[in-house]
Amino acid sequence: MPVNTNTGRRKLSEKTDKPRDTRFVLKRLWLYIYQYKWLLALAIILTIASNMFALIGPMLSGYAIDAIEPGKGFVVFKTVFYYSAWMIGFYIVSSILSYILSVMMIRLTQKIVRKMREDVFTKLVELPVSYFDRNQAGDIISKISYDIDTINTSLSTDVVQICASVITVVGSLIMMIVISPQLVLVMLVTIPLSLLYTRYMAKKVRPLFRRRSAKLGELNGFVEEMVSGQKTIKAYAAENTVVERFDKINKETVDAYYTAEYYGSMTGPTVNFINNLSLSLITVFGAILYLNRAMTLGNISSFVQYSRKFSGPINEVANIISELQSAAAAAERVFKLIDEQPESPDRDEAKELNSVKGDVVIEGVTFGYLPDKVIIKNLFLHAKPGSLTAIVGPTGGGKTTIINLLMRFYDVWEGKILVDGTETRDLTRESLRKAYAMVLQDTWLFAGTIFDNIAYGKEDATMEEVVAAAKMAGIHSYIKRLPMGYDTIVNEDGLNISKGQKQLLTIARAMLLDAKMLILDEATSNVDTRTEIKIQKAMRKLMEEKTCFVIAHRLSTIQGADNILVIDQGNVVEQGTHKELMEQKGFYYKLYNSQFE
Amino acid sequence: MKKVFTYLKPYSLRMFFGFTIKVLGTFMDLGLPWVLAYIIDEIIPKQKVSFILWWGVVMIALSIGARTFNIIANRMAARVARNTIETLRHDLFQKILSLSGTQLDHFTVPSLETRMTSDTYNIHNMIGMMQRIGVRAPIILIGGIVITSTLEPVLTLVLIGVMPFLAIVVYLVSKKGIPLYTGLQLSTDRLIRVVRENITGIRVIKALSKTSYEKKRFSDRNDEVVSKELKAGTTMAITNPVMNLLLNIGLTLVVIVGAFRVDAGASQPGKIVALLSYFAIMLQAVMAITRIFVIFSKASASASRIAEVLNTEEDLKTQQIDRVDSDYHIEFHHVSFAYTSEPCITDIHFGIKKGESLGIIGSTGSGKTTLIHLLMRFYDVTEGKIMLEGKDIKSIDKQELRRRFGIAFQNDALFADRVYENISLGRELPIHRVKEATEDAQAAEFISQLEKELDFKLAIKGSNLSGGQKQRLLVSRALAGEPEILILDDSSSALDYKTDSLLRKAIRENYKDTTSIIIAQRISSVMKLDHILVIEDGQMAGYGTHEELLKNCEVYQEIYQSQLMS
Repeated sequence: MPVNTNTGRRKLSEKTDKPRDTRFVLKRLWLYIYQYKWLLALAIILTIASNMFALIGPMLSGYAIDAIEPGKGFVVFKTVFYYSAWMIGFYIVSSILSYILSVMMIRLTQKIVRKMREDVFTKLVELPVSYFDRNQAGDIISKISYDIDTINTSLSTDVVQICASVITVVGSLIMMIVISPQLVLVMLVTIPLSLLYTRYMAKKVRPLFRRRSAKLGELNGFVEEMVSGQKTIKAYAAENTVVERFDKINKETVDAYYTAEYYGSMTGPTVNFINNLSLSLITVFGAILYLNRAMTLGNISSFVQYSRKFSGPINEVANIISELQSAAAAAERVFKLIDEQPESPDRDEAKELNSVKGDVVIEGVTFGYLPDKVIIKNLFLHAKPGSLTAIVGPTGGGKTTIINLLMRFYDVWEGKILVDGTETRDLTRESLRKAYAMVLQDTWLFAGTIFDNIAYGKEDATMEEVVAAAKMAGIHSYIKRLPMGYDTIVNEDGLNISKGQKQLLTIARAMLLDAKMLILDEATSNVDTRTEIKIQKAMRKLMEEKTCFVIAHRLSTIQGADNILVIDQGNVVEQGTHKELMEQKGFYYKLYNSQFE
Repeated sequence: MKKVFTYLKPYSLRMFFGFTIKVLGTFMDLGLPWVLAYIIDEIIPKQKVSFILWWGVVMIALSIGARTFNIIANRMAARVARNTIETLRHDLFQKILSLSGTQLDHFTVPSLETRMTSDTYNIHNMIGMMQRIGVRAPIILIGGIVITSTLEPVLTLVLIGVMPFLAIVVYLVSKKGIPLYTGLQLSTDRLIRVVRENITGIRVIKALSKTSYEKKRFSDRNDEVVSKELKAGTTMAITNPVMNLLLNIGLTLVVIVGAFRVDAGASQPGKIVALLSYFAIMLQAVMAITRIFVIFSKASASASRIAEVLNTEEDLKTQQIDRVDSDYHIEFHHVSFAYTSEPCITDIHFGIKKGESLGIIGSTGSGKTTLIHLLMRFYDVTEGKIMLEGKDIKSIDKQELRRRFGIAFQNDALFADRVYENISLGRELPIHRVKEATEDAQAAEFISQLEKELDFKLAIKGSNLSGGQKQRLLVSRALAGEPEILILDDSSSALDYKTDSLLRKAIRENYKDTTSIIIAQRISSVMKLDHILVIEDGQMAGYGTHEELLKNCEVYQEIYQSQLMS
C-alpha cells in the first residue's frame, strides 16, 4: 500500500479487519428495505394470507381422516369429499398468492439492489484519487458485482422464505395448541434446543464466511493482475511460476470455502435431527394420549403434519442462515466501500471559479504521499496568464506530483496554491478542474464511439466541432479510414488502436475544451517525432492564450518556456528560462547536453 | 455443463460413496413416519405402553443415525466440490495463459477475468448444493415412494402419478430460464465494464468533471441488468407454487382414494396418516429443489462460458519443419500479417547475424510492435516465415522459443511483488545477476534508495514508482537473463537523454554476444546500431545503416530532420 493519505498528513485510521457488529450491518440493510416499506407491508400481508390458506390443509385432512377412522364399511364418504373439496380450493388460492408474492419480492429486492449498486457507484466516483492508487480494480469490482449479487440472492429468496417461515411456525404452533395443548409440551424440549444450536452455529460460522469472501477477493485481484499482464508472462515463459502461485492462492480460496462449508453443512442435518426428535416424542406421547382417548387418530395426523410444517421452515432457515451469513459478510464489504471517506467536501464558502484568467501562484507548498516522506518541499512558483511553465528533471523526481496538487487530486500539507488570487481550497473542485484541460501520458478511452470519446469533455459538442478538433490533432484521416468512421466503437482493450493514436484522440478531446489552463503530462511521449511535428501547430494552437504546465523530457519541446522548473529528487534545483539556465551551467545544462551525446 | 461434469469424474467413486451414505441417512429420516404408522396400526391395538416406548427409542436412534450420516455425506460433498473447483480453476487459468493473441482478442481480458472468478464461483456453489440438497431431494422423493409402497402400494401409485407433472414443470421452466440467465450475464458484463472504465479513468473523469455523466451511464446499465433479472426471476418463481400445488393435490387424492381403500378393508387409517406425513416431507424436498434450480441455471450459464475457454483449441501448434542452412540469427522471410482482414504487416524481409543489433523506427501505429509479437509467436504470420538460425519458429516449442528472449514491451506489466521477483519473474536468477542487470539498466541507483532495495514491494501495477523507474525496472528484467536476443520496445521513452545514453552504452559494452532489437522513436537511440529498419504503414520503407538511410531513405530523412530541427 504505497499511497494512503488523501487529506494531507492526517494519519489514516488503522485498517481494521475486525468484524463489525452484525446488528449494525443488518440495520444498514434494513434502511434499504425500509424505503419500500409499503411494498414490503403488502408482501407480508400476502405471505400471511398465502400461508394461512396452506395451514388450513392439515386441519381439513385431519377431519377427513376422522371420517375414515371407523374402518371397513363405515367410512363417511360425504364428509371425506366435503373436506377434500375444501382442501383443493385452499391449496389453489394459496399457490396463486405465493406466486404473486414471489414476483413482488423479486421486484422489491431488485429495487433495493439497484439502489445499492447506484450508491456504491456514486460513492466510487466521489472517492479521492488516492483510493484507486491503493486498491486493486478487481477487488473494487468484486464488491459491485459478486458481493451485491450475494446480497441480491439472499434478499430475493431468503427474505420470502423467512417471512413465510415465521407465519408457518406461528400458525402451526397455534393449530397444534388448538389440537392438543398437552402434546405441544413436547415442543418445549425441541424449540429451545434448535434455537440454541442455530445461534451457536451462527456465531461460529460467520467469521468463516467472512474469510471466504476475503479470500475470493484476493483471488480476483491476483487473476486480474496476471491475466492483464499475460503477454509479459508468456514472453518470459514464466507460466509455470505464475500457475504455481495461482495454485497456492486458489488452494487457500477453496479451503476457506470448504471450512465455511464444513461447519455450515452441519446445520441442516442437526436441525433436522431436532425435528425428528420431536416427531419421535409426538408419536410416543400421542400414542399414549390416544390410548387414553385424549386424542383422535385424525388429531394425531394433523398434529404430525403441523409439527412437520412447524419444523420444516426451521430446517429451511438453517439452510438460509448460511446464505444470510455470506450475504452479511458481503454487505459488510459493500458498506465499507460506501463508508469510505470521499474527497473532503468543498468548503461552505467555496466559490465557483468563473471567467478564469489563469494566474497560478504556488506559495511555499510542501507535500508527500506518505506521512513520513516529503516529496515536494517549500515550492514557490508564479505562472502568469498565458505563460508556459515547463517542469523537467530526471524521471521519478516528482514532476507528476505537482499536477496532482494543481488539480487538487491531493491536498497540500503546507503552503497554498492560488488561482486568480483565490486559494484553491476556497474554490469548488468542479469549477477548478473545469478550468484545466489535461492530456496525460496514460491515455484513457472508454467503450463508446470515437465521437463520444472526443466529445467527452464538452457535453453539447457538434459533429463539426469534433471533426475540427480531430483534424487539428492530426487523427481525422485515420478515423475516416475506420469502418464506421466517427461511429466506430472503441474497444476497451482493443488492439485496433495504437497507443499513439489513443494519445492523439485524447489531445483532440482536450482541444474541444475552452479551459484557460492546460496541463500536458508527457502528452506526446507515445507519439513519434514526425507525427509530433505534424501536430505541433495544433499543439501550439491548443496552448495559445492558456496558462500551460508542461512536463516533458524532450527538452527541445520546452525551450521557449517562460519558466522552466528543474526538479531533482523532489527539490526544485533550478528555475528560469532556457537561456538563463544554460548560462548557469548547472543541472539543466548537463541534462540538456546529455541528449546529444 | 458437460465439460464441468468431466471434472467430477475422478471423484465419482467418492461421490458414489458419499451418495450411499446420504441415501442411508435419508432413509433413516424416512423411517420415522413408517414407525409412526406401525405404532398406530399395530402397537396401539395391543394397548401396551412399554412397547410404544421401545419403538420411541428406535425412532430416536434413527434420528441420531440420520444426523450423523447426513453430516458425513455433506462434508464429503464439500470436499469433492473443493477439489473439483481447485482443478477446474487451475486448468482454466493455465488455459488462459496459453491462449494466443488472436484468441485473447476474441475473448477480451475483462471477460476472461469474470470467467475465472465469478463463473467458477457459481459452479463451486452449484456442485456443493447439488450434492447436498440436490441429491437429498430426489432421494426423499424416490425413497418416499419405496417406503410407502411397502405400506400401501395403491396409495403410492397416486404419489407416482404426480411425478411426471413435476418433471414437466422442471423441464419447461429450466428451458425458458437458462437462456434468460445467459442474457442476464451479458448485461452484467456490460455493467462491470463501466465500473472498470471508471476505475482506470478516474483522473480524467474527475478532471473533466464528468462524474454525473458517468453516473448516468452506470444507471442505464444498472436498469438493464435489473430488468433482465426481473424477467429471469419471475420465470423461475413459477416453479415453487406450481410444484406445491401439484403435491397438495396429490395429498388430497391420497385422502380420497384412502377413504375407498379403508372402506373396502384393504387398508388402515394409520397408513394414510403415515402417507400424509411422507407427503409433507416430500413437499419440503421439492421446495429445496426449486432453490437449487436457480443456482443450477446460473451455474449452467457459467459452465458454458468456462467450457468455451477450455474447449478453445490451441492455435499455435508446434509444427514439424526442417531446418535450412542460414547465416542469419534472426530472419524475416517475406512476412505478411493481418489481425483481421486489413493487412497490418506487408512483405517484411531482412536478416541479422548473431551479436548484431537492429533498430526499428517508424511512426506510431506503423506496425513495429506487431513485428515483435510475430517474432515471439504471439500470433502466427499470415504469409512468409520467421526463422531463428534457420529454424522456422513454428517448429520450436513456444516456451523454449520465448526463453531465448529478454524483452521489455512498452508499458509492460509490473506485478505487486518484490523488485527482485519483478526482475527475475520466476526464472530464479541469482541475486548478483539481478544486481548487475539493474546497474546496466541504470536502475541500481534508484533501487538502492528504496526501502529494503531489491525486497521493496511494488504496489499494484508498480504505481509507487515513476514512469521512468518502471521502464528501467523492465529493462533490468530484459537484461537479467543474459538473453540470446534482447528486445527493447520503446523502453526508454520515459527516460531522459542522459540515462538513455548511459543505458545504450551499457548494453553495447556488456552484452556483446546478444543479438538486440531496439524499437525507438528517437533516431539517437538507433543511429549507432548495425542495421536500421524503417517501417511505414506496415511496409519496409528502408533498411540499412544510419549513413545509408540518410542518403537513400526519404522517410528516414524526414524523421531525422524533424528531430534535428527541434
